[in-house]
Amino acid sequence: MNLIIQRLVQSVITVFAALTVVFLVLRLTPGDPVQIMLGDYATPELTATLRKQYGLDQSLPVQYIVFLKNTVTGNFGQSLSQKTSVTSVVQGALPYTVILAVAAMIVTCLVGIPLGIIAALKRNTIADFASMVIALTGIAMPGFLLALLLIYVLSYKFGWFPVQGAGEGAGIGSSVHHLILPAVALGFQSAALVARTTRSALLGVLGEDYIRTARAKGLSPQSVLWGHSLRSALVPILAVLGLYFGQLLGGAGVVEIVFGRPGLGKLLIGAILARDYPLSQALIAVFLVGVIAVNFFTDTLYGFADPRLRRSS
Amino acid sequence: MSATTEAGPIAVALPQGRTAPRTFWRDTAQSFRRNTAAMAGLVLVLLFLAVSMYGVFGTPATTNRSNLAQRLKPPSAAHLMGTDGFGRDILNRVLQAAPLALAVGVVSVAGGGIIGCLLGLIAGYYRGRAGTVIMRVMDAMLAFPTLLLALAIMATLGPGITNVMIAVGVSTLPRFARMMQAEVLTISEREYVTAARSIGARTPQILARYIVPNALSSVLVMATLYISTAILAEATLSFLGLGPRPPTPTWGSMINDGSSVLRSAPWVVLFPGLAITLTVLGFSLVGDGLRDALDTRLRER
Repeated sequence: MNLIIQRLVQSVITVFAALTVVFLVLRLTPGDPVQIMLGDYATPELTATLRKQYGLDQSLPVQYIVFLKNTVTGNFGQSLSQKTSVTSVVQGALPYTVILAVAAMIVTCLVGIPLGIIAALKRNTIADFASMVIALTGIAMPGFLLALLLIYVLSYKFGWFPVQGAGEGAGIGSSVHHLILPAVALGFQSAALVARTTRSALLGVLGEDYIRTARAKGLSPQSVLWGHSLRSALVPILAVLGLYFGQLLGGAGVVEIVFGRPGLGKLLIGAILARDYPLSQALIAVFLVGVIAVNFFTDTLYGFADPRLRRSS
Repeated sequence: MSATTEAGPIAVALPQGRTAPRTFWRDTAQSFRRNTAAMAGLVLVLLFLAVSMYGVFGTPATTNRSNLAQRLKPPSAAHLMGTDGFGRDILNRVLQAAPLALAVGVVSVAGGGIIGCLLGLIAGYYRGRAGTVIMRVMDAMLAFPTLLLALAIMATLGPGITNVMIAVGVSTLPRFARMMQAEVLTISEREYVTAARSIGARTPQILARYIVPNALSSVLVMATLYISTAILAEATLSFLGLGPRPPTPTWGSMINDGSSVLRSAPWVVLFPGLAITLTVLGFSLVGDGLRDALDTRLRER
C-alpha cells in the first residue's frame, strides 16, 4: 500500500514536470503562438489584444503559474476554432478516444501475446518465422497505411465493415461494428512489438531450471505454460504494454482521422492545423495525464505479477 | 632460394583461412553477414539510398506538373505505378520523395542523437546537480509518446519540412540521453577507467579514449533504429498535412492525397505505402542485426 502511495506521488511529480515541458515547448520555441494563430491577419493591434487575452504579455513565471492553475482546475478558456469552451469540446470527444484506446489495447493483447507464445514454443519453425514476419510488418507499417488497407479490403471489397464515423446514436452493436477496424489499425503495431517481447521473455523463462523441474515432475505442457512460464514472462510483457499504451494514445489521432471518428487525437491535429492554441495546449495536457496514469496503473500491476516487486525498491 | 621458403615465416604467422587479425569490428561484421534478416535489411537500406540519389538527380523536372488527361490511370508500361488525381506519375513522385525521407531520418536522428548523447554524457559522468537536472528534464520529456511530443512541437512551429526535422529530432533526444547516461554509468565503473584515472589520465582523455568508444556500439544501434522511427514519424506528420507544402511530394502526403480516391484508385496509396514500409523495415532489420552482432555475449553462443 505504501508503495502505491509512493508511486502515486511520483506520478503526480511526473505530471507536473511534463506539464512544465509543455509550457516551455509552447512558450520558448521561436514560433510566436499569436503570430501563428493570426497568420496573415496579424496587425499590431490585433496581436496586442490577443497577447493580453491569453496573458502572453505577462512575465514568464506568472504565465507558468496561471498555466498550472488553469490546467489543475480544468479551465482552458475558449476554443478558437470550435466557438465553445475547451473543456466541453474535450469532454465530448474523450469517451470516443478512451473506448478506441481500450479496444486497441485488447487487440494488442489478443494478437500480440498469442503470436509471441507460438513463436517461442515453436522456435525456429515455419510458425516462428511466420509470426515474426507478421510482427516485423506490423512494426514497419504506419498506422494510417494499415487503416487504409483495411478499409480497402474489408470495407470496399468485402463490405464487412463501415468506413466512416463511430456509429453515433445507433446502439451498441453499431458502435462495436464501427470500432473493430480502427482498433485493429491502431493496435496492430503495438501487437507486433508485444509479440516480440513475449517471444524473447518466454524463451528466457523456458531455459530456466524450474521449468525443467516442472516438466520432470510430470506436469502437463499446458500447466507448465500457463502456471509456470507465462506468469514469469508477464512482467516484461506488462512493462511494454504500459509503454505502448502511451504510444497508442499518441497515434490515435491518425486513425481517428482516417476513419472519421470523433476523438481527442483528431481534435488535437485539427487544433494544430487550425492554430487553435488554447485547444491544442489543453489536449496535450489531457493526453499527458492519460499516459502517466496508465504508467502508474501498470507499475501497480507489476506487484501482482511479481511478488518481489511488492516490496519497496 | 625458392619463393616458397621465403614465404615460410609469414605463412606460420598467419594461419590458413585467416589473413587478417581478429578485431572487434571485424567480428561484428562477420556476425552481421551471417544474419540473413540483417543482410536483407541492408539490401533494403542500400536500395533506399540508391533510390534517394536517383530521386535527387534522375527524376524529370515535370514530375510535379499536373496532366489532367492522365488522371488516375492504373499501373501500366507508361506509368509503372499509375498516376494520381492530378495525372502525375506516381513512380517519379515516390522516387522524388525518397531523399526527403532520408534527410528527415538522418538529420533529425543526427541532431537529436548528438545533443542527447552529449547531455547523457554530462549527466552520466558528472553526477552532481547538473546531471540530476538534465535527467529530470529528460524524464519529463520521456513521459510524452514520441508522436505526441512531435505534435506538440509542430503546434508552435507550424507546418514545414525543417520544423518536422526539429520536432522529430527533439522527440528522439531524451531517448538518446537516457541510453547514453546509463552506458556512461556502467562504463565509468569498469576497471580500465579506474586504471586510466590512476595513471593520471585527465577527464577529457578518459571520456574520449575509454568511455565514448565503448558506448559507441549502443549509440550506433539506437541511431539505426531511430532512423526508422523518424521516417515513420515524418510520414505520419506529412500524412496529417504538417509536412512541406504541395506540390513537393512526400510519401505521407501522397498517401493523404490517395485516401480520397482509395476505392477507385488504390495504387495511389499502395506504392508510397510500400516505399515507407520497406524503408522502415530495412532500417529496423539492420538495427536489430547490429544489436545482435555487437552483443559479444550473444556472439559466443
